[in-house]
Amino acid sequence: MLEMKNLCFSVTDENGTTDILNDVSLTIEDKKFIVITGPNGGGKTTLAKVIMGINQPTGGQLLLNGTDITNLSISERAKLGISYGFQQPPRFKGMKVRDLLAIAAGKALGHDEACAYLTKVGLCARDYLDRDVDTSLSGGEVKRIEIATVLARKTPIMIFDEPEAGIDLWSFARLTDTFREIHDQKQATIIIISHQERIIRLADEIILIGGGKLLDRGSVERIYPKIMAETVTGCNMLEVDKKC
Amino acid sequence: MLNEIQKRILQEVADMAAIPNGAVNIRSDGQKQYRHNTKNIEIISKTDKDGIDIHIKPFTKGESVHIPVVLTASGFQDTVYNDFFIGEGAEVNIVAGCGIHNCGGCGDSQHNGIHTFYVGKNAKVSYVEKHYGEGDGQGKRILNPQTVLYLEEGASVNLETVQIRGVDDTTRYTKAVLQGANSEIVITEKLLTHGEQKAVSDMDVFLDGEGSRTQVISRSVAQDDSTQIFYPRVTGNQECFGHVQCDAIIMGNAKVRAIPEITCNHVDASLIHEAAIGKIAGEQILKLMTLGLSYEEAEQKILDGFLK
Repeated sequence: MLEMKNLCFSVTDENGTTDILNDVSLTIEDKKFIVITGPNGGGKTTLAKVIMGINQPTGGQLLLNGTDITNLSISERAKLGISYGFQQPPRFKGMKVRDLLAIAAGKALGHDEACAYLTKVGLCARDYLDRDVDTSLSGGEVKRIEIATVLARKTPIMIFDEPEAGIDLWSFARLTDTFREIHDQKQATIIIISHQERIIRLADEIILIGGGKLLDRGSVERIYPKIMAETVTGCNMLEVDKKC
Repeated sequence: MLNEIQKRILQEVADMAAIPNGAVNIRSDGQKQYRHNTKNIEIISKTDKDGIDIHIKPFTKGESVHIPVVLTASGFQDTVYNDFFIGEGAEVNIVAGCGIHNCGGCGDSQHNGIHTFYVGKNAKVSYVEKHYGEGDGQGKRILNPQTVLYLEEGASVNLETVQIRGVDDTTRYTKAVLQGANSEIVITEKLLTHGEQKAVSDMDVFLDGEGSRTQVISRSVAQDDSTQIFYPRVTGNQECFGHVQCDAIIMGNAKVRAIPEITCNHVDASLIHEAAIGKIAGEQILKLMTLGLSYEEAEQKILDGFLK
């Protein structure tokens, strides 16, 4: 079980202090499929990075199965069973897809096992295992390899940050099947930041984050219609003489 | 017989756990230590200066040549001239390399290997040269190799040079003259310097043959207070293609200069260069830490991959 108690994260620059997360408290039960959604810039990615330890909270507490992990490093949290798929994964000159998957798995992977992870994200293993994770790969390819590294870790908590971004429709369908399979087999707690209806509809629960706050949480049936009703984004008025 | 230090250095520079099959010439502290010729490959000592001539018969297939050099006498300075004559249509793997172990003494140990290749029509050559230094002697370990290649029509060379740690001072010069039509050379250079080491790599590739091609890939890591200078120059004198790529990771107080130069003297010469120097991206470290590695392990994995 993952517990967030009054989590805050703020940044200070020359313009003053900005709160990115403001007093977020949440409990996520084991083996649940959770989708975090909400408007851009609302704090979703920051929340995920605070859970992974990439961002250190400026206030509050984070507990994993009752143990306070607030001050643990990224590596320590990774070893405790949290994994995170980056929204914009980095590339590595000279590192092969096979090498990255082996680091993720913590062991050298046999051909079949490495292939299985790539197949689950809609990549043909034969074409990719020996390719470098560098700029020769498209954004969608790197993104799917990123997701495969999270799958290869087999941790109890898997966080994916907008896994659909940059991925074509065919691969996306394969990916949603993979998420469903992990959930059906109760392999892990899945936390996905997403705006995609097909992913949202897979979830046990939706968490709505906006303005750095927890706005709402509940079943898909209750939250999704609410989101749809409220999604008139930005300013929808015609600007005339600098007035809306 | 080889002692343990010599055996270890041979393993480092030539992956030789034992005497390999094929033609072999081991030089240790300026002396011929071991030589083996094959039916198709003959190694002959030069009579006018230090060094060997390696003759590979036309259409020799799948054979290898190992010619490592080991320096274990502190303060020893050595210059050798090795000439390779590769016959038409031959396909060979050549492994050279020099390892210096200087221990106890205070004199500089230096090896200057001057290798010249005459690559015959349609021959295919893979040439790997590794440099390695170790030992606690106060003298510097210095390696100044020169590699010069002449490629005839349709000849193809894959040249890989590797120098990872241990060599204090190196000035490398590589010259490739692709005089034959449709000849091709791929030059891959991998370098890691640390401490106060200095490395200079100077290179000229002349694309004189119609349809000749080259790819120059330089990957280097400069750590601590070390300095590196790369000066790859490619000249296109005919319809040809060349691509030069210099990538360096800079760490600590190191300094790296990359000055790729391309010259087209023909309207159908197509040459490209790219150069990038930068530190390890923070996102790369973070990503590998999310996979369970420590900061130091993540950094090492990134460097290993980059130089692999």
